[in-house]
Amino acid sequence: MVGLHKSEFANPVVNWIDQRLPLFSMMKNEYSSFPTPKNFNYFWNFGALAMINLMIMVATGVFLAMHYTPNTAMAFDSVERIMRDVNYGWLLRYVHMNGASMFFIVVYIHIFRGLYYGSYKNPRELLWMLGVVILLLMMATAFMGYVLPWGQMSYWGATVITNLFSAFPVVGESIVTWLWGGFSVDNATLNRFFSLHYLLPFVIIAVVFLHVIALHITGSNNPLGIEPKGPQDTIPFHPYYTIKDSVGMCVYLTVFAILVFFAPNFLGHPDNYIPANPLATPADVVPEWYFLPYYAILRSVPNKLIGVLMLFGSIGVMFILPWLDTSPVRSARFRPIYRQLIWVFVIDCLVLGYVGAKPPQGSILLIGRVATAYYFLHYLVILPLLGKLERPLPLPESISQPVTRGGGPLPAGAAATPMEKV
Amino acid sequence: MRRPLRLRTVLLHGAAVLLAAALAHPAPAAETAEPVAQSWSFSGPFGGLDLAAAQRGFQIYKEICSNCHSMNQLYYRNLSGIGLSEDQIKAIAASFTVPKGVDDQGQPVEGPALPSSHFHAPFPNPEAARAANNGALPPDLSVIVKAREGGPDYIYGILTGYADPPPDMKMGDGMMYNKQYPGNQIAMPQPLQDGSVTYTDGTPNTLSQEAHDVVTFLTFAANPEMIERKRMGVRIVLFLVMMTGVTYVVKRKIWADLH
Amino acid sequence: MADTAATTANTAHETGAGVPKRDFMKLLAGAGAAVGLGAIAWPLIDSMNPAQDVLAMSSTEVDLKPIVAGQAITVLWRGKPIFVRHRTAAEIKEAADVNVSELRDPQTDAARVQKGHDTWLVVVGICTHLGCVPLGNKPTDPRGEYGGWYCPCHGSQYDTSGRIRKGPAPLNLAVPDYAFENDTKIKIG
Repeated sequence: MVGLHKSEFANPVVNWIDQRLPLFSMMKNEYSSFPTPKNFNYFWNFGALAMINLMIMVATGVFLAMHYTPNTAMAFDSVERIMRDVNYGWLLRYVHMNGASMFFIVVYIHIFRGLYYGSYKNPRELLWMLGVVILLLMMATAFMGYVLPWGQMSYWGATVITNLFSAFPVVGESIVTWLWGGFSVDNATLNRFFSLHYLLPFVIIAVVFLHVIALHITGSNNPLGIEPKGPQDTIPFHPYYTIKDSVGMCVYLTVFAILVFFAPNFLGHPDNYIPANPLATPADVVPEWYFLPYYAILRSVPNKLIGVLMLFGSIGVMFILPWLDTSPVRSARFRPIYRQLIWVFVIDCLVLGYVGAKPPQGSILLIGRVATAYYFLHYLVILPLLGKLERPLPLPESISQPVTRGGGPLPAGAAATPMEKV
Repeated sequence: MRRPLRLRTVLLHGAAVLLAAALAHPAPAAETAEPVAQSWSFSGPFGGLDLAAAQRGFQIYKEICSNCHSMNQLYYRNLSGIGLSEDQIKAIAASFTVPKGVDDQGQPVEGPALPSSHFHAPFPNPEAARAANNGALPPDLSVIVKAREGGPDYIYGILTGYADPPPDMKMGDGMMYNKQYPGNQIAMPQPLQDGSVTYTDGTPNTLSQEAHDVVTFLTFAANPEMIERKRMGVRIVLFLVMMTGVTYVVKRKIWADLH
Repeated sequence: MADTAATTANTAHETGAGVPKRDFMKLLAGAGAAVGLGAIAWPLIDSMNPAQDVLAMSSTEVDLKPIVAGQAITVLWRGKPIFVRHRTAAEIKEAADVNVSELRDPQTDAARVQKGHDTWLVVVGICTHLGCVPLGNKPTDPRGEYGGWYCPCHGSQYDTSGRIRKGPAPLNLAVPDYAFENDTKIKIG
């Protein structure tokens, strides 16, 4: 049978399908028996959690779209109708709303995992860059979704962010007018944002697919940052990591549920329950919490164009990170200085987030500038230099024998027997 | 080993200073009082809704607030959520006259409201509302509790925050002094006083009681799903905590043959 | 070799004691996952059912005064056309005289109108074949061989009681829930 896929499945129906469309073989090879480093910690849950979060957002979003009306005169009321009259509409909307926050929490931890364990390094550069593309698409999707309820923050957030593009010389104004489809954020803007907000998640799914393909070519990184040396270093993805991801999923869903059921508006801004009013700007326009660090970077520069360029640059540097970090060692475990600097970087991002939530005056402005400078310093100066200057700790020989020097090699049987202690 | 250690100390100090500076920054000079936390029936994950208070609150809305404030997101049928019977709701609705489309000649007709009608609005449009209120627009109260920082405590603070202005304060034309309102000058005249309404259930009609009751009603209006949401939430969180335990045990079992 | 044997023995020993509990926990995890999926699916599905405002808007009032004998009007109720027909004495007699046992969907005329109000016929104006709106309300409309309604889509013909008499439709035109508020006003739904 030339041209048919060779299937090993015993079930005749599965076998018949698999010969013609090797979906089952693919699932088996890529998920079930996929060899995965045996030493993942719980940080490795967050990729799967992001995938689940994406599916939750798409599912709730599709059903919300059945009830939402993208028209400036009706959008606010249609969201309130979802909250009040549609069966479980309040649940769908609160899940979708808080799901955006959960998505960013999960993805930011996922990114931190990559930074800490050097998952962006050769040969995983493209895998990392696809991840940055996903982050950008998520940001665009979240921003446009926030406009849809047509509250005060929706309207003024849209106005402020779209106006960023006016910073570009010559073409800026035309770009903004084009984005708006008019001379201010209005019905045309709302309509296109709704259309794109519905479209982009499917683009995200496509890029996630590429992200996973790239991952399955290089294989996963692991906490030691060294490649598996052979079968003794890996275990099949199922059942070991399916069950481990399930544990993480339950914890994640618990946090998610507490947010949705007991504090659904905790992360939102009260002003978004005031219908949009083009004649009155709220006391301070702030983006959702997950954009605050970028917002702080934007406002730290008095020049409009440079501020916008730095905003884009803050994501842009992530694209070239694989080439900025010159250290051959991946995992921060074996990089004594980087291991501390990465936490300084995390604190720096938190400070930026704090600054982004406050009016840019006085010491806040100064702190914002220092933190912005440090953000770029970390990527553009510290990482390239550190790779040259830092003396990494000795790497273990393999994942199965993590302790080679210092502790002395373990007897061959020792690694296998401790299981008796459960 | 020496170099990294020193570096670490410096870095940690630097980070600490940065963080401390960020946290120590004084909030912009507080012009208005922070809302004082009140005791509400609906607080916390197990908080319900004091139906009697919500019904008294609806009485206050109907007799006082609704002279200026609309609640456009609400229907009379929603009042079943504060424990009113179908007949009570029908009677309340029928006491209002609402537009009922047009007749065969194209002339607008009016008639008594039904449970399926929206709450009667005091003004046909925002312009009329401004004209009747010294240029200020009384906000719609449907989601007011969710639309203000501080929520119920803030609304309560506004309703009970009227006082004589400090002698050195210059008040705008027709403005009232309010301890809670940002900037302390509010266009709304004091809506509630001791004895503003007469309760039929013998509850003392003090200002604080009235404010408490109307805020309870407004909280219901903004979150009609609250009781169902919390009840579902308790069950779902318990279920998920249990599932966390179960999957963890299974994970331990499956991983036991490794190592 | 000896090591391997010992390990195998150990594993065997362990599974011997551990099997019931492990299986139970796995079962519990599986059952929990199934319950969880169901709990996630239901709100999504239920959100497509009629919303509270749709359910609340499900009654409509019709003033009968302007409808003269022999005339019919169409009103909208729950997004569907409702035919309200003021029947003449001849039409009532015609409807009542039909031999019920010969009908495709046997029903007496009395069962399709309200007691004491048999001049008024109220039916849902949707052909029971494939959902078209039959003709017969306007003076210029064809009313079919039985003087009731005629469906232009596939030629179903209804009599003056709205019963199916000819054509592909299987059932009589449905009678909605309605009540006479007084002699000149009905409330549908």
